[in-house]
Amino acid sequence: MNPIWRSTLKAGLLTGAIVIYVALTGMVLSLSQRPVIGKLSLGHVVYMLVFVGMGYITAVRSPWRQERPWLVPLQGAVVGGVGAAILALLPLIGRKVDLGWMFVTAKPELYKFLLFNQEQVARGVLYLILTGAVLGGVAAVLPILPEVLHKALLGGASTTLLLGVLAELVQRTVLKKVLGPFFAYKGLKPTGAAILFVVLTVLFGLQAWWRQKHPKVTKSVAAQEAEAASPLRTTLQLGALLLFLLILPVWILNKDTYLNSVVNLVGLYIIMGLGLNIVVGFAGLLDLGYVAFFAIGAYTVALMTSLGPLGHGYSFWQALPVAILLALTAGVVLGIPVLRMRGDYLAIVTLGFGEIIRILANSDWLKPFMGGALGVLDIPKPKIGNWVLKEEYQLYYLILAGILVTWFVASRLYHSRVGRAWQALREDEDVAEAMGIHLVTTKLLAFGFGAAFSGLSGAIFAAKVGSVYPHTFNLIISINVLSLIIVGGIGSLPGVVVGALALVGLPELLREFSEYRMLFYGIALIAMMLVKPEGFWPKRLKVYPRPQEEDAEASAL
Amino acid sequence: MAPILVARKVTKRFGGLVAVNELDFEIEEHAIASVIGPNGAGKTTFFNCITGFYVPEEGVIEFEGKEIQGLRPDKITTMGIARTYQNIRLFGKMSAIENVMVGMHPRLSLHWWDAVIHTPAFVRQERKVLRRAWELLDYIGLTDWANHQANSLPYGAQRRLEIARALASEPKLLLLDEPTAGMNPQETAEMIEFIRKLRDDWNLTILLIEHDMKVVMTISEKITVLDFGTKIAEGKPEEIQRNPRVIEAYLGRGAASGLSAAEAPAQAA
Repeated sequence: MNPIWRSTLKAGLLTGAIVIYVALTGMVLSLSQRPVIGKLSLGHVVYMLVFVGMGYITAVRSPWRQERPWLVPLQGAVVGGVGAAILALLPLIGRKVDLGWMFVTAKPELYKFLLFNQEQVARGVLYLILTGAVLGGVAAVLPILPEVLHKALLGGASTTLLLGVLAELVQRTVLKKVLGPFFAYKGLKPTGAAILFVVLTVLFGLQAWWRQKHPKVTKSVAAQEAEAASPLRTTLQLGALLLFLLILPVWILNKDTYLNSVVNLVGLYIIMGLGLNIVVGFAGLLDLGYVAFFAIGAYTVALMTSLGPLGHGYSFWQALPVAILLALTAGVVLGIPVLRMRGDYLAIVTLGFGEIIRILANSDWLKPFMGGALGVLDIPKPKIGNWVLKEEYQLYYLILAGILVTWFVASRLYHSRVGRAWQALREDEDVAEAMGIHLVTTKLLAFGFGAAFSGLSGAIFAAKVGSVYPHTFNLIISINVLSLIIVGGIGSLPGVVVGALALVGLPELLREFSEYRMLFYGIALIAMMLVKPEGFWPKRLKVYPRPQEEDAEASAL
Repeated sequence: MAPILVARKVTKRFGGLVAVNELDFEIEEHAIASVIGPNGAGKTTFFNCITGFYVPEEGVIEFEGKEIQGLRPDKITTMGIARTYQNIRLFGKMSAIENVMVGMHPRLSLHWWDAVIHTPAFVRQERKVLRRAWELLDYIGLTDWANHQANSLPYGAQRRLEIARALASEPKLLLLDEPTAGMNPQETAEMIEFIRKLRDDWNLTILLIEHDMKVVMTISEKITVLDFGTKIAEGKPEEIQRNPRVIEAYLGRGAASGLSAAEAPAQAA
């Protein structure tokens, strides 16, 4: 057999394996209640996307793209068809043998769903294989089309699908005013989807056409040096961004409690991420017990402000600096014993510290002061004068202020003597010390700042949620924060935001997927490391412009 | 002229191995001197003792009359000793200019809060740092690479950048660990000139470890030969070339007597 057909067949078998796996995780069935476009449910989408994706990848990699493009869609169809045929084995076997004892999700409902609710099994199987072949084939057409058309169709289709998936979200925001008529109660209407697809395809096409006419040249370092000297454009961009952030909760999100609570959660993770980014990203110290400082911040505010029996009646604004200071102190105190440790040893010790704090909070010993497993309740909302920040969209501004402050501090520190010392430490600890850097102060500063930011985040968290329990502060928070830094781009400040949106915001919005969150985390992290190991928004070198002559004279005077 | 660095009976052991054995060493101010010896002779260990990476078990090291053995590396650098490494150890993911800026660390004094609120003193200092970093890059001819990641620089440029980083700490004594390793004859010749120029332009004292005999013989005013951690010879290049113990150490026992004695300097030259 022709080696190309052989590898196509292999891709088909792989498709089958993936799609069976997806079906057996239970995703397909549990998501089948959520319509995306008309009768097409999210359950359909998750497994059909495998056919589409594999067909597309096969076509992109096909050696025939140039000489024999007409064979490429056929390849895609084979990949999809074979994959679907393998998937069809699941209901066929499952009807004869009970697979339920091995796979909890292998239920008759799943089989029925996969066979498109057909009475006749043969017809269902035929439909399934045809679906796979058509999807794989259609996806494989894209890469052989001209560049502009390819990008237009890909962009149009994926954005339409995304809008369908996020229908609920769209209907809660200001987008509803424009897109409302396209949506049914849940998901897109078929006609709406068609119109959106056409419009979006045209838009994406125009954009791709424009890009092709005006290719983006990667700026030479010299051009960057010139640009760094005149920061006007960055200022304008910053202003626009700030304006967007200010109107986000009230106007764009319509004061929606649910969406704003998601945004706020993302915001708290951003503050923590900015802090851990100093420790891990700037200074290269792997800290896995980061949640401890979050807990210290949260408990400080909880105990100082709670109206319950454990509280002491201080206001949020009195408790906030104490929380930050306590977290900072804890960060420095933890830093002292681990000064001599590097890499994995450091990670293990900090991991232990994180657990100690949680277990202490949970202990009977401290129960009279900290409430043990029952936690601390009745934490009042922060007040500014008579204005109580009780709604999520009001708390948003507190969190935004926190982000701006931490961002400001982190970026200023980064571009200073301390920041350079941190980076040197990350690159080569011995050489850094030989360059005159005092390791103890430098490391403790990193631990201290990281902890203080986390304490700030925890303090706001306690006020936002209104109650704290020890079990909230488990290891998974540390891991989440670390993952979002890695996904965003280690050491990069915008990367923290992107990482938090991707790993905290997205899973919250796709609540249907919450059961499979860890699965997607794993997939995202593995894919990340393979495809874009430097992160979504990697750190860029700061460009230092050559000082102008008059500058030199001015500072010489 | 007074010696800027004096080592007396310095001994460094690793378990049973004596890496440096009762070494006496002196280097005059403004001199260029070399430490040579076969592989494993203890040259780099001696460097590490001077710069504070290792603490010698016995002996005294004095820099400008002050004892420095056992001090932390950053203290020693702040006192005015800088070094480069045999296998280049730049801060690879930082840009060339940032590497130089890190080098200035011991000469800067402001705190983190100055950086956060950008106090006038901080702004002034950072402007000075930037200007000086560009000057240093100018000096070593690397301005075109200023904003490139250090580990993306060509090999020779990385060597020079390491020297610029060391210069940034305003040293009085510069230790160069095999500065011409891996260079072709052309680059080596340039490096020799560059080292002389360095000494004169910055009023430095330079101590080298070097394997390339041609470099050692051309550049050094004094050579110290180590073998198994012990000093076996010391003197001017001509004296070292003729010293039978040196030839023996380099070419093996028995080589000193007989024909090879004439051969060895030839090879060395």
